[in-house]
Amino acid sequence: MSTTATVQDRPVAPKANTLELVQQSWIYRFLLFPIGQMLIFIAGATILLTVIAYAIAIAFPAPNPNIDLVTQINRQLPGMIISGVSIGFVYSMIALGYTLVYGVLQFINFAHSELFMVGSATGFVVMKALEDNGVLKEWNPILMILFMLVCAMTVSGILAMLMERIAYRPLRGAPRLVPLITAIGISFFLIDFVRAGFAITRNEFNLTYPVRSLEMFATPVRVAIGETTVNVRTTSIMIIISAVIMLVILNYIVNGTKLGRGIRAVAQDQTMSGLLGVNVNLMISLTFLIGGAFGGAAGMLFGMNVGTITPYVGFLPGLKAFTAAVLGGIGNITGALLGGLTIGIVEAFLNGVLVYYPALGQRYTDILTFSVLILILIFRPTGILGKRVDEKV
Amino acid sequence: MKQKVSIIIAVALAMLMSLSLVQAQDNVIKIASQTPLSGPQSVLGVSMRNAVELAIEQLSGPIEELGFKIEFVPYDDEAKPDKGTSNANLIVADESILVVIGHLNSGVALPASEVYNGSNLAMISPANTNPNITDRGYPTVSRVCGRDDLQGPTGAEFANQLGVKSVYVLHDTTAYGEGVARFFRQRAEELGITVLGFEGTEETANFDSLIQPILALNPEMVYFGGIYSQMGIFLSQARAQGFDGLFMGPDGTDSSEFAQLAGEAGVGTYYTSVAGPANIYPNAAQFIEDYKEKFGEPPQPFAAQAYDATAIALLGLQSAIEEAGGKPTREQVAKAIRAVTDYEGLTGTITFDANGDPEIGLYYVLQVVSADPAEWSNNELLATLEIPSPLTAAAAKEE
Repeated sequence: MSTTATVQDRPVAPKANTLELVQQSWIYRFLLFPIGQMLIFIAGATILLTVIAYAIAIAFPAPNPNIDLVTQINRQLPGMIISGVSIGFVYSMIALGYTLVYGVLQFINFAHSELFMVGSATGFVVMKALEDNGVLKEWNPILMILFMLVCAMTVSGILAMLMERIAYRPLRGAPRLVPLITAIGISFFLIDFVRAGFAITRNEFNLTYPVRSLEMFATPVRVAIGETTVNVRTTSIMIIISAVIMLVILNYIVNGTKLGRGIRAVAQDQTMSGLLGVNVNLMISLTFLIGGAFGGAAGMLFGMNVGTITPYVGFLPGLKAFTAAVLGGIGNITGALLGGLTIGIVEAFLNGVLVYYPALGQRYTDILTFSVLILILIFRPTGILGKRVDEKV
Repeated sequence: MKQKVSIIIAVALAMLMSLSLVQAQDNVIKIASQTPLSGPQSVLGVSMRNAVELAIEQLSGPIEELGFKIEFVPYDDEAKPDKGTSNANLIVADESILVVIGHLNSGVALPASEVYNGSNLAMISPANTNPNITDRGYPTVSRVCGRDDLQGPTGAEFANQLGVKSVYVLHDTTAYGEGVARFFRQRAEELGITVLGFEGTEETANFDSLIQPILALNPEMVYFGGIYSQMGIFLSQARAQGFDGLFMGPDGTDSSEFAQLAGEAGVGTYYTSVAGPANIYPNAAQFIEDYKEKFGEPPQPFAAQAYDATAIALLGLQSAIEEAGGKPTREQVAKAIRAVTDYEGLTGTITFDANGDPEIGLYYVLQVVSADPAEWSNNELLATLEIPSPLTAAAAKEE
């Protein structure tokens, strides 16, 4: 009985009408639905926040007499949305790592933010190597980004697998606090390892991507909307496109392949899926691989966007992404995605509006962002999409 | 056998030394220096020590004619407050040390000068710009360089000269960065420049959220009170977002690492400084040549200031010796140093006010000329502003 339930989780309708046929088709399930979901969520969140921003602008005019807040918001709205969505996708991609690992092991991998950092450091090494060999400007930019992504994902993914094999697997039977402490230890180790590595080999602490030497990234694309021109950074667009493609692929892997079914099975019940012939250790390793690869990709994209990174770059995005994972409902993949986008967009709007009130300023952004988190968790303790899970026996 | 010989030699040497020490009590005056001679800032610290050595060699003639010998004792403060303070205790214990030249870091100079002041030992600082160094009003502590709280106004004055009408002020929320930025804003408002915003940030990587409102306000200039590591990244992102206004910072900008971080985006950046590199001073040509000949490399920033500080120390010692008619006490030396007027140094004419600041401080505005970090020392000097110290300005107002 239980075998059929695990294997046949794709419902097979005997008589299908057109709508059901569309819903069953591959394109709908793995392309239209997830992308549509993201678009609807982003549009909804942005419209809501835009209304709130204008309401604040009208209710509390900026204290500086030279500034008309409504005009300012008009001008910076497109920029805020793009920067919010792009950083939101970065948070989402990191949050996926937290949530996937939590899903299978019920354990927070606090070293995950360092996988992000290692990814951005790998991106730097690759791009610098391309520049040093003089081929940076000759390569097709899309090919180059792909190559850097693959390198960053490989390094971070394999590192995540090693991390699991060396530090977490021996502790699997131990109380939950023990691997948590190990994770923090690994986090410190990786930071210092990378710092020492670059200090010895390059004598540098700040790692500057040679991204500005490429014409494509050095100047923004100017888009005219009505009277105002909006400067759109190519790196922000690059983050959004890459993230959407990767999330669609992840959705396919988890929901459409045998491998994904294995991961979901282990997440539901480790012992039982082991008894039913799922290779539990392999599935856990692969979960770490996927989570690490996403973290690494996020790190590399983030690095290209900001231009300069340090070995300490992982801390803050890692913390925000963890928050995003909790906000979305930890263990839930769609939840991590929505949580990351929520935090990114809310942050961008708060930053854009608070800056006009000298008494508050942008330093209050984090306080307010986390207040939103607390509010949501009061009413939905398991997060936006989290389900109340009974204690497993 | 060998051991015996070496013991005899050692004993003989010790006796000779103690003899010379007894003699030294009378006619040897020591000048100490405290700068970082090891660690990441040793490039500046060693160069300052070298400049002190050169100044003593070249300028101690008049004192030797009075029958005294000047000895130089360099100390290494490692740019650490605890090391600097424990050295300071060693220094005050040596009765023959009458002047200290130091430090490089305000954070070290503040606790160490408490020790010096407790023993009435004079300290002349070539490089400490923190207002508190002299604002404590100690009679022993003087400096030959400018103050942080006058750097901000310098930037505002220069922005006004450039015809800037609107400015956005950022800072890094540290005492240094926020302080400089506040003084900049104050002076800018007095000069009629519209300050569109004043915002602090601890962000070190992603400045997107700061750049959006700045782009929307479109100021003619952005002023960033902070350190190059933040400013360089901010500027490169702002330019990539399409910000094409002017950019200015305080002397926290003054590092070739800024060019490394900002790249092409940093070219044209203005920054203010309290101590220019030696090659911008017209009087320092001979000094640079002598320095290169003796030490085989060009002097670093603050070397010329260290030379001036030593020269003032020697002038003070000379007049103290003449007044006391023999070896002066530390109080007499400190008093004589403060009394040195219109000293024509490499870096300008120096007279101390009652707190030990130069009455007229020199402040420089420089512009970054190249994205290549190796070209940093060639940054162009655009303006030199003479600004009176707070005490001098207050006195002038009363008149």
